[in-house]
Amino acid sequence: MDFSLTEDQRALRAGMRELMERRFPRARLRAVVDAEGGGGAAAGEGAGTGAGAVDRGLWRELGAAGFFALRLPEAAGGVGLGLPEAVLAFEEAGRALLPGPLAATHLAAGLAATGAPVAGVPVAGAAVAGAAEGEAVVTALDTAGAGHGGAVLVEHLASADAVLVLGDGDAGIRTAKEIGSSAEAVRSVDPATPLHRVPGGVAPAAAGERSSGEQGAGAGRGTAARLRREAALLTAAQQLGSAVRTVETAVAHARERVQFGRAIGAFQAVQHLCASMLVRAETARSVVYAAAVTEDPGDIAAAVLLADEAAVRNARDCLQVHGGMGFTWEADVHLHLKRAWVRAEQWQTAAAAEEELAAGLMSTGARCL
Amino acid sequence: MDLSCTEDEEDFRHRLRAWLRRVLPALPPRPDPADWPARRAYDCGWQRMLHDAGYAGLHWPREAGGKGATPTQHLIFLEETERAGAPYVGANFVGLLHAGPTIAAEGTAGQRARWLPPILRGDEVWCQGFSEPEAGSDLAALRTRAVRDGDDYVVSGSKIWTSHAEVADWCELLVRTAPVTPDTPRHRGISWLALPMDAPGVTVRPLRTLAGTAEFAEVFLDEVRVPVANRVGAENDGWRVTMVTLSFERGTAFVGEVVACRRVLESLARTARANGRWDDPVLRRRLGRLAADCTALWRLTQWNVSEAQRTGGVPGVGGSVFKLRFSQVRQELYDAAAEVLGADALDAGREWVVDRLSSLSYTIAAGTSQIQRNIVAERILGLPKGR
Ligand SMILES: Cc1cc2nc3c(=O)[nH]c(=O)nc-3n(C[C@H](O)[C@H](O)[C@H](O)COP(=O)(O)OP(=O)(O)OC[C@H]3O[C@@H](n4cnc5c(N)ncnc54)[C@H](O)[C@@H]3O)c2cc1C
Repeated sequence: MDFSLTEDQRALRAGMRELMERRFPRARLRAVVDAEGGGGAAAGEGAGTGAGAVDRGLWRELGAAGFFALRLPEAAGGVGLGLPEAVLAFEEAGRALLPGPLAATHLAAGLAATGAPVAGVPVAGAAVAGAAEGEAVVTALDTAGAGHGGAVLVEHLASADAVLVLGDGDAGIRTAKEIGSSAEAVRSVDPATPLHRVPGGVAPAAAGERSSGEQGAGAGRGTAARLRREAALLTAAQQLGSAVRTVETAVAHARERVQFGRAIGAFQAVQHLCASMLVRAETARSVVYAAAVTEDPGDIAAAVLLADEAAVRNARDCLQVHGGMGFTWEADVHLHLKRAWVRAEQWQTAAAAEEELAAGLMSTGARCL
Repeated sequence: MDLSCTEDEEDFRHRLRAWLRRVLPALPPRPDPADWPARRAYDCGWQRMLHDAGYAGLHWPREAGGKGATPTQHLIFLEETERAGAPYVGANFVGLLHAGPTIAAEGTAGQRARWLPPILRGDEVWCQGFSEPEAGSDLAALRTRAVRDGDDYVVSGSKIWTSHAEVADWCELLVRTAPVTPDTPRHRGISWLALPMDAPGVTVRPLRTLAGTAEFAEVFLDEVRVPVANRVGAENDGWRVTMVTLSFERGTAFVGEVVACRRVLESLARTARANGRWDDPVLRRRLGRLAADCTALWRLTQWNVSEAQRTGGVPGVGGSVFKLRFSQVRQELYDAAAEVLGADALDAGREWVVDRLSSLSYTIAAGTSQIQRNIVAERILGLPKGR
């Protein structure tokens, strides 16, 4: 056993961080956020160009850096790495608050490469063909995330080319136009994540087409469950990145801000907030990384729970450490909190993760190191 | 990020399992928790069995009489023994986890030869005399004095909260060998001594814990003569010597209990199923979240052990992160147990009820949670020194 990161994994993480800092510096984040009009996050001047729209240039650059093709075999033009490496890349994206349907596009690239699941869906198949390269923006609609009345929230729909639809057991790709026709823009709580509400009843495949679960080759009925688990883990990795970032932000502020003649970081109440933040972040890190290695559903559920908790609670504590500044639009703290809220609602909710883990207590599996 | 076991490690695990299957059924019945001499005999008997089978001091260096096993093998050992329901380290805790490693790291060849083999064989029991009535979290405030007289130190003062002092042969004792002056920091002037508990002038008075048993004691020292040869490390350098010990304490000391958390949780779930409380989604979800917490403690342990292995060091301040989470989860676990039991949680004869009481010490012993947060804030996060 050697749970530590390998040299290659360290290098990958450093490379991703450098890419994020260069291509998505704070000024870019602020441009996205501050472009948000008073009317909410609906696409303004048409798909892909309005406030909160996905930056296509950046998307292509992520594609060129292998962000979406990370796990595709080299023979298929991918990088040939695994879930642990993907988790490291997503952690960095979460740290930078990079907006966009990252997990959905990453997963769609995998589906497009295998050919099988989307082969029966020619139109949409073409729409996701460029996912691996960052040419296509693919968002997701998870029918399991239906709220009251069966409606589902979909992020970045106006910017998307295609929608990965996850049904009960099967998964499929629909065009964004199809899904968008019945969608209604929502005033998103997160200024960098435009949301649309899509009425219930969306099927993974359009009428007359076959979705992944119905065909033999390559994908069975477990496809949706597998995709949902991977998406949940990649989202947990982003939560981890955000949680680590807010500890650093809080500590940096606590060292600088002076009150009562001393840095507020010398006050024990502030110190203990920061220490608890680190404990949450490091705890989340250990489960997120382990789940990437084992791909075990229980481990992934644990990663979801602890990473959501770390991201949300750390953002709250970071806000507290910033005082009045933390309550402003200008400070970035609220962006971490709002994005953490959005991510916590995606893929696997706390309630579902807790129920899954509870059920797991009834069936002990021998756990090797 | 590799969580798999090598062939050697799997082999080690299988041999250990086979041995445990063979020897555990032959163990004598567990002693009454209130009967310390019986507990000592039981714990030492188990240590002797480990020794004879070649499992004693697994992770100790070979020069110290250990097996020089990798941290991963040590982890497998702790995991498997706990899973098999083997006895805990018990009265041998201080010898195997504090005093022994300190002597191994800082002692002379003669000191190692004198004290380490009896620890590994389960012949001699150690206790830890650090805390004093006026020096708890602020350990450097300790006042017990040792004055040089020929080849001896003459030691006077008192220690408190000394676990299993009643049945110990030796005490790792921190004493002040130089007075505190305005220009010497308090951390200087402390020395580490091996005190024979049967020396004239040593009085042990057991203290009853809130769980009803006498787990720790007060130790009064009245002009006790301790040979200078019993000092480990240089005179006045005991603080540094001690810090080696403490970082061991926060490293892998709780692995068995992390594994136990999972077992307790599973049996809580079964009990809840049987008594109908499982139908309450609030309770079910609470147990589900605790399952995530238990997983996290195990993964954090693997992470810390791997990092220590990589950097070649003893478990460092990362242990504080672990200990904070561990003590919190441990207490939440038994609070959940009480919810599963309902009114039966008031029956101290029921399983988990005494464990719940014992769990209250986790946020205090071995450095309180507040002190751990101070350590995290100042030493890991680099915040300015607090007040
Ligand atoms: C079951 C058990 C077994 C033990 N076994 C041993 C043993 O074998 N040998 C041994 O030497 N000791 C032992 N101890 C003692 C243990 O190490 C001390 O209890 C512990 O270090 C706390 O010291 P204290 O009890 O004096 O509490 P205090 O230091 O008086 O603390 C009281 C409260 O004040 C808080 N506090 C103190 N200082 C600060 C600060 N700077 N910042 C914030 N909060 C602060 C503490 O967190 C705590 O909440 C044992 C304790 C227990 C409970």
